[in-house]
Amino acid sequence: MYVAVKGGEAAIANAHRLLAEKRRGDKNVPSLTVTQILEQLSLAVDRVMSEGSLYDRRLAALAIKQARGDLVEAIFLVRAYRTTLPRFGTSRPIETGGMLVERRISATFKDLPGGQLLGPTFDYTHRLLDPALEEDDAVEEAARAEDPGSEAMPRVTDLLGQAGLIEPDPEGEDEPSDLTREPLSFPADRDLRLQALARGDEGFLLALGYSTQRGFARSHPFAAEIRMGEVDVEIDVPGLDFPVPLGRIKVTECQMVNQFKGSAEAPPQFTRGYGLIFGHAERKAMAMALCDRALRARELGEDQTAAAQDEEFVLSHADNVQATGFVEHLKLPHYVDFQAELELLRRLRAEFEAGRGPAKDGQEDREAAE
Amino acid sequence: MAEIAGATRDRDAAASADADPAREKHKRRRDVLSVLVRARAEELDGALRALDLAPEFEVLRAPEFGLAMTRGRIGGGGAPFNLGEVTVTRTVVRLASGEVGYGHILGRDRKRAHLVALFDALWQSEATRAVVEDRLLASVAARTAEEDRHVRVKTAATRVNFFTMVRGED
Amino acid sequence: MADALGGGFKDPVFASQAVFRRLLDALSRPGRVVEMPQLVAPPPPLKPAAAAVLAALADADTPVFLDKVLNASGEVRGWVGFHIGAPIVVVPARALFAVIADPAVMPPLSEFGLGTEQYPDRSTTLVVQVAGFSRGRSLWLSGPGIEDVAGVQVEGLPERLVEEFRANRALFPRGVDLVLAAPSAILGLPRSTRIMGEA
Repeated sequence: MYVAVKGGEAAIANAHRLLAEKRRGDKNVPSLTVTQILEQLSLAVDRVMSEGSLYDRRLAALAIKQARGDLVEAIFLVRAYRTTLPRFGTSRPIETGGMLVERRISATFKDLPGGQLLGPTFDYTHRLLDPALEEDDAVEEAARAEDPGSEAMPRVTDLLGQAGLIEPDPEGEDEPSDLTREPLSFPADRDLRLQALARGDEGFLLALGYSTQRGFARSHPFAAEIRMGEVDVEIDVPGLDFPVPLGRIKVTECQMVNQFKGSAEAPPQFTRGYGLIFGHAERKAMAMALCDRALRARELGEDQTAAAQDEEFVLSHADNVQATGFVEHLKLPHYVDFQAELELLRRLRAEFEAGRGPAKDGQEDREAAE
Repeated sequence: MAEIAGATRDRDAAASADADPAREKHKRRRDVLSVLVRARAEELDGALRALDLAPEFEVLRAPEFGLAMTRGRIGGGGAPFNLGEVTVTRTVVRLASGEVGYGHILGRDRKRAHLVALFDALWQSEATRAVVEDRLLASVAARTAEEDRHVRVKTAATRVNFFTMVRGED
Repeated sequence: MADALGGGFKDPVFASQAVFRRLLDALSRPGRVVEMPQLVAPPPPLKPAAAAVLAALADADTPVFLDKVLNASGEVRGWVGFHIGAPIVVVPARALFAVIADPAVMPPLSEFGLGTEQYPDRSTTLVVQVAGFSRGRSLWLSGPGIEDVAGVQVEGLPERLVEEFRANRALFPRGVDLVLAAPSAILGLPRSTRIMGEA
C-alpha cells in the first residue's frame, strides 16, 4: 500500500538549488555549452538518443548537461520529454543498403565489394591515455583518398544470401507491434523484441551478449558486417501522395551470422542476428545482434537453457528507465510500510519468545530432531 | 497467392501507364523537398531576401513539434519493426496563388520548417520555380553534395586490405 | 476559410490545452454548459465546438468514426485527415472517437466501443452535435460531479439516444462517454451520469 507523505518543500527546493550549483561546478571554469557536448561527447549523445529512443542530438546533449553526465538520468529526461509530443506518423522503413557509409567492416569476408572501411574507430588504438588532450591543440585534418563515388554498398548478408547458405530476411509487411502503444506481452514476436532491444540498456545487452559467447546459449557468432552512417528518413503525410523526406539520421547496423545445424524443415545454413541502433553505437549494435539471435531459440527449435534466450527475462529488464525507477524508488519514504513490517516482526518476536520461555529446552530438542 | 500478386502487378502497370506524369511530378517534388530539408535556415532566409520574394501566404497548419516513429527492417531488408522516434517540426502554408507548401523537417526548428514550406510552395508555382531552382536548390544541392563527398573521401582513406597469412599453400 | 485545408488551430499547443481544460470542466460537472471559444473553422456540417474537441483529443493514433452525414462530405474527411491526421474507420466499435452530426440516424450506442471489464477506458468517446442548450428536451441528471440533481435542456436530442444512454449506464464500468456539442458550447454526459427522467 502507498501512503502519501507531505512536507519538506523548503528542503526539496534548497536541494534543487544545491544541485544546480553542483552541476555548474567551479564558476571560474567556463560553462560547458550544449554545442560542445554535441560536438565533442558525441558518443554519449548517441547513447542517450538510442536508449532514450528519441533521435534529437541537441536534446540529448542538453539532457547530458542537465544530468551532470549521468547518462541514465539523461535518458530519463529524454523519455519524459517525448511523452509531451504528439506523434505525427511513422516512417517508411529506413534503407540501410543506401547508407552514406562512414564505417563498414566485415569479419567474415576480407574482399567484400565496396571494401573494408575502418572509419573513425577506437579499434587498433593502443588505449594509452593521451596527455596532449589536456591542451586544446590543433588536430590534424583527416586524410583523404580518391572519391569512390556515391554508389550504394550492398549488405554482406545479401551477397551471401544469393548462394542460399544464409537464411533470407523474414518477409512481411504487417504493421509491427509498438511497445510505446501496447504494453509488452509474451510471447513477443521478433519485431517487438528488436524494438525493445534497440532502446535497451547497453550494459545489460553487452553482459547478455557476452554470456552467449561464454557458453550460455552458445551460438558461435561471426560479425558478417558492421556499418555506420547516415540514411534518409521519409514519412507519409496526409494530403500528399508520396513519402516526404524529412532529412537524415545516423545509425549503426550489425549483422551477425551463426552456425545452424538445420532442422526437419530447414537445411543446414547460417542463421542471423540483427542489430540496429540510433547514432554511432557499435558495441550496442553487436550486443543487440547477439541477443536477437539468442532470443530466436524458440523459433529455431533450440534448447532454451540460458538467460539470454528467455524473452521475458531479457525484455522485461532491458529498459534502464524502468529498472532505475523501480530500484531507485526504494529510497523514497516507505515509513508506513516499514512500520507495518516492524509491528509484524515485533509480534512474531513476542510469539517466538513466549513459545520459547517455559518449553524452551523441549522445543529445541524437537527442532534438532527435525 | 500468385493470383493476388499478378493482379497487383497488373494494377500497378495500369496505374503507372495512366499516372506517369503525376508520378514524375511527385518524384521531382520529392527530390526538391529532399534538398530543401537539408538547407540551413540562413540559406533559406538568404534566398528569400536575395530573390526579393515576399509572397502572400496563409498558414494552414501552424508550425508544431512532434514525433515520427522510425522503422527499420529485420535483417536490413525484411519485415518492418519500430526502431525509435525522431523529433519532427511540421507546418503547411498556402500561397495567395493557391499552391500548398509542406514543411516537414527532422528536429525542432519552426522557422526552418516554415521556410521549407514556403519554398515548396514557391517551387510549385510556375512563376517562381525557375528562380527557386537556380538561386536556392542548386547551391544547397552543391553544398550538401560536397559535404557528402568529404565524408566519402575521408572514409575511403581508411579503406584497408587485410591479407590472410596462409601456411602450407600449394 | 471553411475548406479541407483551412480552419485548423492557429496555435495547436495552447488551443488544444484550452479545449482540454473545458472538456475537463464539462466531464467532471455533467450537465454544466461550458462555452467553447471559436478556435477552428471546419467545413459544414461539422460545427466548431465538436471539431475543436476532436482536434484536441484525436491524432494519428486514434481511429475516428464519422456518421453518415459527415462521412458524405469530402471536405470534412479531408479536414479530419489534414488537421487531425486520424484514420477514419467505418466500424463504430473500432473508433476511439466518434463525431455525430445527425443523432436521429446514428448507430446505436451499443455498437460503439464499450471497453472491457479489464480496460473500461478502451471505449469510444462520442461527440454528438446538437442544436443548443437553451430550449428543447429537458432532462434531470444525477451522479458523480452533480450535487443532488441537475436540470438541462438539449435541443435536437432524440428520445432513442436518451434510452440508449440509460442502457449504457447499466454496463458500468464499461460503456461510452458522450460530449454533446452545440455550435459554441459543450455539455458532458460521461457514462457515470444517470438521466433520471424528463422534466
